[in-house]
Amino acid sequence: MSADAQPATKPAPAPNAPTLSFTERLIRTPGALPGLTFLAVLLIWEFGTRVFHVPTYVLPAPSRIATGFDAVDPSRWLQHVWATLRVALLGFGVAILISLPIAIGLAKSRFLSRALYPLLVVIQSVPVVAVAPIIIVVLGTDDAPRVVITFMISFFPLVVSMTTGLMATPPELIELSRSLRAPQSREISQIRLPYATPYIFSGLKISITLSVIGAVVAEFVAAEKGLGYFIQFSTSMFKLPQAWAGLVLLVALSLALFQSVGLIQRLFFPWSLPKERR
Amino acid sequence: MALAQNAIRFEGVGQTFLTDTGPLAALSEVDLAIGQHEFVAVLGPSGCGKSTLLRLTSGLLAPTAGKVSVFGVPVTQPRDDVGIVFQQATLLPWANVTDNVLFPARHMRGTVGPQDRARAAEIIETVGLEGSENRLPGELSGGMQQRVGIARALFLNPDILLMDEPFSALDALTRDAMGFELLNLWQASPKTVLFITHSIPEAVLLADRVVVMSARPGRVLEDHKVPLGRPRDEDSLRSPQMQDFMAHLRQLLIRKEAA
Ligand SMILES: Nc1ncnc2c1ncn2[C@@H]1O[C@H](COP(=O)(O)OP(=O)(O)OP(=O)(O)O)[C@@H](O)[C@H]1O
Ligand SMILES: [Mg+2]
Repeated sequence: MSADAQPATKPAPAPNAPTLSFTERLIRTPGALPGLTFLAVLLIWEFGTRVFHVPTYVLPAPSRIATGFDAVDPSRWLQHVWATLRVALLGFGVAILISLPIAIGLAKSRFLSRALYPLLVVIQSVPVVAVAPIIIVVLGTDDAPRVVITFMISFFPLVVSMTTGLMATPPELIELSRSLRAPQSREISQIRLPYATPYIFSGLKISITLSVIGAVVAEFVAAEKGLGYFIQFSTSMFKLPQAWAGLVLLVALSLALFQSVGLIQRLFFPWSLPKERR
Repeated sequence: MALAQNAIRFEGVGQTFLTDTGPLAALSEVDLAIGQHEFVAVLGPSGCGKSTLLRLTSGLLAPTAGKVSVFGVPVTQPRDDVGIVFQQATLLPWANVTDNVLFPARHMRGTVGPQDRARAAEIIETVGLEGSENRLPGELSGGMQQRVGIARALFLNPDILLMDEPFSALDALTRDAMGFELLNLWQASPKTVLFITHSIPEAVLLADRVVVMSARPGRVLEDHKVPLGRPRDEDSLRSPQMQDFMAHLRQLLIRKEAA
């Protein structure tokens, strides 16, 4: 592959116009480079497993995984996806609702931040996977414990990013707010929260992927539907290709959620993006 | 009634901050009287308490000693008739020029009415930003951003304008131009201006009076009327008298930086 020979076949560039090398053009074409890398990995995977006769239970070839999708009705797949999606979104929503007041408290009051922060760090340090069975015992086996587990995994980055964001406001604007004798609620809604938007969105992006992980952990422990449940069930039945198919859907779900958060930011808060990405 | 002539009055004002490393005296025994519609520039070494002086005047800070009064009334809380301009424009990056100028109204009352919008349009024209109403701060040059900052401070038509090194983040040419524009604004609509700067020529060119402060704890070291009539232009500082005056101020500041 002589990639560098490519530009020679182009029509002669206008005098003084800088020409881009092939690699540079590849870097600048959106999606081109990641797409190619992804394709390369798939090809190596497919041929590697065939050439070295890797057993399916160790690593099924992508083509075998594709057949795993046929093992289950599309409507069943949809139910599993929806179950996981619902728990992830509910847990994520609860995490947002609870993080916001905590973050406002931490940002506004040195007393609260001294008092609460260590406790939050302790909660964050508890391995949720280990507590999950206990939570299920305490809260039963419907959505509630799964949402709680999801919330526990996903809320901490939100609290941290929101608090950081709320405190990132230029002190001059806070002084301006005080000099106008505005109520605290307006200082938060008109200055601090909008200023925190870029920080909040980085937190949301981390948190939404953690929510999917939380939902799957909860389903591993106790569930009768959902992608996490399906993967565990299929593995225990030694149906590896369909377990891998479930995993592929899980990755797709996680990516889609992550991208949706980015999309919402681009659509509704374009000013909060770094300049070069507007 | 003679006292009421003073727009701003400091009497034996001291400000001591409690810091983690112990008490820090920022200002001590400051005496200063500024008449209505007077333009006073304050010069002084870094950290001598110039910004603290502004905070005390605006009511954001209560003095730990002495008394600060505005129009004869002791300052106990922020007042509507005092506008502030900061070194950085510190605009709201998500709000366009109009909304940034409207910010005081929206922040004070929660909503804005048609008369607020009319006032915003008027003030935007006064500072020469017409045509840029819908642009975001990120799309404006530093000079234009500071114009928005000034328009925001003028929105409530304050009697007193506090400016904390408002042009020091700008390039030299823009800085000079902005200074003259400020003088035009001030002459068209007289206000009491307390103007903090590190630039001697800027202080002398703009102000009626120049106050020089000592190093921390800040006191008023010297207080001079600027020997220069109005209107002023780029050539106003050329005369030997002005050169001597500026040399004197420079000496004063250098001596203090060394102390
Ligand atoms: N809220 C505060 N708490 C503790 N110390 C403070 C506080 N505000 C100001 N200081 C200290 O008081 C001194 C004077 O501060 P101030 O900002 O008024 O100085 P300044 O003359 O404006 O300086 P500069 O020229 O750098 O702007 C400084 O040493 C500063 O660290
Ligand atoms: Mg200062």
